[in-house]
Formats: sequence, C-alpha cells, structure tokens
Amino acid sequence: MEALTITGLTKTFARRAVDNLDLSVRAGQFYALLGPNGAGKTTTLRMVAGLLPPDAGRISIFGVDALADPIGAKRMTAWVPDEPLVYDKLTPVEYLEFVAGLWEIEPARAQDSAAALIRLLGLGPHAHERCEGFSKGMRQKVALAGALVHAPRLIILDEPLTGLDAGSARQVKDVLLERVRAGCTVIMTTHILDVAERMAERIGIIARGRLVAEGTLADLRQLAGERDGSLEDVFLELVQERREEPAAA
Amino acid sequence: MRAAALPWFARHEARLAWRDWLAMVQGGRRRRKAVVALAVALFVIFLHLLAYGLLQSHADALATGKRAFVALTGAMFLSWTLILSQAMESVTRSFYARADLDLLLSSPSPAAAIFKVRLVSIALGTAAMSMLFLGPVINALVLLGGWRFLSAYGVLAAMACSATGAAACLVALLFRAIGPRATRLASQIVAAIIGAAFVIGVQVVAIMAYGGMSRFTVLQSPELLAAAPAIDSGMWTLARAAMGDLGAMVVVLAASVAFLAGVVALISGEFARYSLATVGQSGGASASTARRPAFRKRSVAQTLRRKEWILLARDPWLLSQSLMQVLYLAPPALLLWRNFGGDGGALVILAPVLVMAAGQLAGGLAWLAISGEDAPDLVATAPVSARALLGAKIQAVMVAVAAPLAPLIAALAFASPWIAIVTAIGAACACGCATAIQIFFRSQARRAAFRRRQTSSRLATMFEALASISVAGAAGLAAAGSWGAVAPAICALAVVAAARALSSGR
Repeated sequence: MEALTITGLTKTFARRAVDNLDLSVRAGQFYALLGPNGAGKTTTLRMVAGLLPPDAGRISIFGVDALADPIGAKRMTAWVPDEPLVYDKLTPVEYLEFVAGLWEIEPARAQDSAAALIRLLGLGPHAHERCEGFSKGMRQKVALAGALVHAPRLIILDEPLTGLDAGSARQVKDVLLERVRAGCTVIMTTHILDVAERMAERIGIIARGRLVAEGTLADLRQLAGERDGSLEDVFLELVQERREEPAAA
Repeated sequence: MRAAALPWFARHEARLAWRDWLAMVQGGRRRRKAVVALAVALFVIFLHLLAYGLLQSHADALATGKRAFVALTGAMFLSWTLILSQAMESVTRSFYARADLDLLLSSPSPAAAIFKVRLVSIALGTAAMSMLFLGPVINALVLLGGWRFLSAYGVLAAMACSATGAAACLVALLFRAIGPRATRLASQIVAAIIGAAFVIGVQVVAIMAYGGMSRFTVLQSPELLAAAPAIDSGMWTLARAAMGDLGAMVVVLAASVAFLAGVVALISGEFARYSLATVGQSGGASASTARRPAFRKRSVAQTLRRKEWILLARDPWLLSQSLMQVLYLAPPALLLWRNFGGDGGALVILAPVLVMAAGQLAGGLAWLAISGEDAPDLVATAPVSARALLGAKIQAVMVAVAAPLAPLIAALAFASPWIAIVTAIGAACACGCATAIQIFFRSQARRAAFRRRQTSSRLATMFEALASISVAGAAGLAAAGSWGAVAPAICALAVVAAARALSSGR
C-alpha cells in the first residue's frame, strides 16, 4: 500500500517552487528527500502536511485525498518542521498533553505514550520544566515527541537533525528507526547525506521542483554512473546534471 | 570615520532608530513614501484639532497665575510619568532584546561607549515620540496663548532627558536589588505602574472629593489652589519655563541635560556589566512547574481554551500588560462604590468607561489568542477544522475579558439594572468588534512579539480604537436613555465593515 501518493503537484511563488511533481512512498518505508537549497523539498512537504495549498495536483495519504478531506489526512500524519516551535511556557509533559488533546487520543494511551517518548528521547530530567530555557536540540526533541505521541502512520520531518549534538541525533535516529520497524512511514529531508545513506531505504532527489532521481542507493549509483561512489558523489553528480540541463537546452 | 568611536556608534544607532521608526509608520510593509508622509500628516493634523478642541474651553486658565501654574505643573507631571514609563521600557529592552548586543559586546569596542550612545539615543527617541504626541498640544497653546508657549518645546526636551536619566537609574537600582533574571519583568511592571499610577491616583482623588472622574477638576479645585505654594515659589519654575520664561527654560533644560550626562557617565560602565549578566536571560530561564495529574479527557475546544489560559497565566509580563488595562477599571469601581444607592445619574459615566476597557482588553487578548501562536505548524496540522480552532480561541478571549468585568457589572445591576444591561451588551459588542478586527487583520507571529503587535498593522489598531470609541459612545448615550445612541452604534458597524473591506484587499 502507498502511504503517500503525489500527482502533478505544483506550487508557484515568485518562481515555480514545485513543478508538476509526482512521488509515491510505500507504507512502512524510510524515505529521504534530498535536494540543494531552494529545490522545493520543504514546500512539497508543507503541502503534504496541509500547511500550504497547492496550485495544482493531488495528494493522497493512505488512500485519503488530503485536499478533499484534510482532517482525515491530518489524523494520520505528523509534521516536524526544521525550526522546533514549541510553547515556551509549557513543560514537555504539558505540551504532549496538549498535542494528545488536539488529536483526541485516549488519555491513558497518551500518557503511556508520552512517558515512553520522554524516556526514549532523554527528556526525563526536564519533563516538568518549561521549554523557555531549552536549547534548540531539546526543543527539537520535544517537538519530535509531540509528533509521535498521537501514533501517526506517516511522519514527515524537515531537517530534524540540524543543531542536534551527536548523542541527541542518535536518540532521534533510534526513535525514528524504531517507528519504521513498528510499521510507520517516515519521510525526511536532510542535508546530512551520510544519515540518508545509512537510514533511508529509498532516496528521492529533487531539484528545481522536480524529482530528478529516485530509488535505493544502488539504483542512484547506477543512474549517476558512480559504481562505488558515496551518496554525496551520486547526489552532486545528479544535481549537477540538472543544473546544466537548461544551459544545454 | 574611525570605527568604534562614539560618533561612529551614534551614527549606527541613529540609522537603526530611523529605520525602526520608518518600519513602524509603514506597518512593517514597504509602501510608497508619499502615502506614509500623507498618513503621518493627517495623523498630526488630527492631533492638532483634538488638542485645540480640548484646550479651547480652558483658554482662560492660560493667563500667568497660580491657577495656570497648578494646572500646567500637574499636566506636565502626568506627562512626565508617561514619558518615564516609556523610557524605562526602552532602557530595559536595550539589555534583553539582544539583536546586536552579542556582536557589539564581542567586538573590541569599549562596552561603556555602546551604552553611552544607547542611552543618549533612548533620550532622543523619547524626546521625538513626546514631540509627536505633545507637540500638537504645545502648538494649540501657542495659538490660544501666544508665541511665549513655544518655550514649552524646551521643557519637553528637558522632560525627555530627565525621564531617560531617571529610567536608567531605576533600572540600575533594580539590577542591583533583584538581579538580572528578575529585573526584566519587574522593570516592565514598574514602568507600567508608573505610567498608570499618577493618572489613576488623580482620578481617585477626583471621585472621592468631587464625585466625578475628571482629573482637571482636581487640578483646578479651590482646595488645591489654596494649598499650593505662592506664585513666586521655585516649585513653579517648570510652569514658568513652559509659559515663556526663557531664563527658567534654560535653567530647566540645562539641569536636565546635566542630569542625563551625569547618569550616562556614571552608569554606562555599570550597564555594560549588567548586559553581560543578562546573557542567557533573554529567553527566560526554565521554571519548574508543579507536577499534577495530567492527560485528562477533554474536548478539542477545552484543550485549546485551556492552553490559551495557561500561556497567559504563565507569562507575567503579558499578563501585566493586558491586566494593566484592568487597572484603569479601579476608578470606575470606586465611583460605583461611592454612588451606590444614589439616583444612578453619576453612574451613567460607567457604561462608556467599562465598555471602552472591555474593547481595549479584548484587542490585546484577541491578538494573543488569534495571531500570537508559538507553534503555528502544530495547530495547523492538527485534525481540527480552522473554524473550530478559531471558535475555541474566541471563547478563550471572551471568558478572559468577562472575568474582571463581570463583578463590576453585577454590582452595577443592583444600583441600576438598566445601566448594567447596557454596559453588558456594550462590553460584549466592543469585545466582538475588537476580536473581529483582529481576525480580519490576522497575521501569525510569536507571542513574544506582543509589544510590536500595533506596528504590524496600524490600520487594525486604528479600527480597533475607533470601534471601541463608537461602541462606548453608544453605550453612554443608551445608558442615559437617549436615542442618539443609534448614531455611534451605526458608526461602530461601519468601522467593522470598513475594516473587513480593507483587510480583504490586503
């Protein structure tokens, strides 16, 4: 089953940010969306999360049309932005309680889930402190816990590891992999190609609002003609090709 | 120009202040300069007409004499407390709004020089703002009382200098007494209290002594005139200076500039140390919250309303800023108490005052609930309709406004049921208008941007004030039993309709 199907997705601001994009992600997959700055990754994911209306195209989340039934789609989805926006005056526990209330999760289930997430993400010592004094990494972990507390089937993360120290990054990666093992689908953008190479089952490369390549790392190597290259080599090769296209045309 | 020299910093600060002011009048948008100039000109003309209209009826009090000295000195002290409040807010902000302090303090420039320039620029900014609002009053005085009143501009500059110096001293005292962590909140609360206390104090005296709320009644009362010092007393130097005594004006201005210079010289080094102490305090340190049984069964609307109230209750600064408007309810409450059991005639004034307070309070709270959202992505990606989200936020605002007003209206119902009904309906309407305007001009921002909410849309602020005034006028007339209430009520509807029409074109 497809967790996410995007067809002909288009969004234009001053210039075309997403250009007739087609993309599909299978349920239970860890999918990394890569691309240079301004490629349209965040715009695409914000449209999937229901934060931006597309100019054209269709978005389907587990078979639910996200544009016709946004509430139904949102019920299954979690979004973690690159800038962890949490309420300064709430504690992590209160934040998770608020999120559980928004998703109307049974209190007992939400409480258990929150307790587990707080433990897994190492937030225990700060669970009852207000977020106002937290570092960016701590806030990122609170935001991630909020995204996971309502047990979403599709988790979308925009640069979730930026600003995290090695220990926190490991905790976040472990939690995400554990969710994938439990059947969740994770779509993540990242500039840390090493992370994508080691964690993602499939990788999509987006440039100028279009998907220029997609597949496993082996598929991408083949596409780029880099038999033994790292993902970085493959990525640079594919993006470079795309950059040169208009000039060649 | 040599980098890090005082003039170099002064130029840097002046450029920032100018751009800040320009952004404020442009409402955060780049508009054509001609439109901005026209809007500012119209605003200044409006202020002049208002000042002229208000002062015309008191023109006889402008002749030099004890009566004029008392009125002018009282009015200047009232203004000075407001200027001091504004200056305190600016001085405090210069420590905690660390947009560029990290850069400046990590540079090899002497930190004391930064604060010397910053304090002087606060004095200049305070003077400019005072000129904008009190300049029209001085110009009206010139028209009504003659050229001699031009010297009041010198007095105004002196007031700005002395207020900035006093504000710097007060903030330094707070730093010494309670440390950097508590100073931010304490200073902002002290500033708000200073701004309100004297105004409210004079009103309280007016109510207790004369049964009315006019501050001018107190300043012109025979008792105060009799108790005031003789006409040749040094206490009237300020009034003399404002009324054209050039010698007195030079003395006042020189003393104020010297005071500010002394404060700048003595305190700027100390401020540099305080500034370093505030590092890490700008975002506020973590506060522990009592553990309590969490995760109760609540509806989405309850969850959202609860979140709004918790956030408001936990932010003492936001709470103090919002509830400061409630402080202005103290005089009407006193008037109600004093006239309880009377014929109700004196209570008519309460209807517009309470309605106006409801509108003002609702405006601030509505911004916090509707536009001020710290986690907009979370709320927008929740499986809740936009309508339900907005509904819950509006309910949170309505309850927060009703809480301080309800006891007063209930007490009023015993004294005069008609006035109570009119006040309740008027307060609900004022609340509704303010909330609707906030919804029309909604623009997402972090709650910490509360101070700048008025700069994000000058238009919304103007509509909010016009709607509150119109509804308050309608309530006042209706409370007095006049059909004339229909006119301001229609005006309020027109204001809301105009706000909607203009906001949809944005």
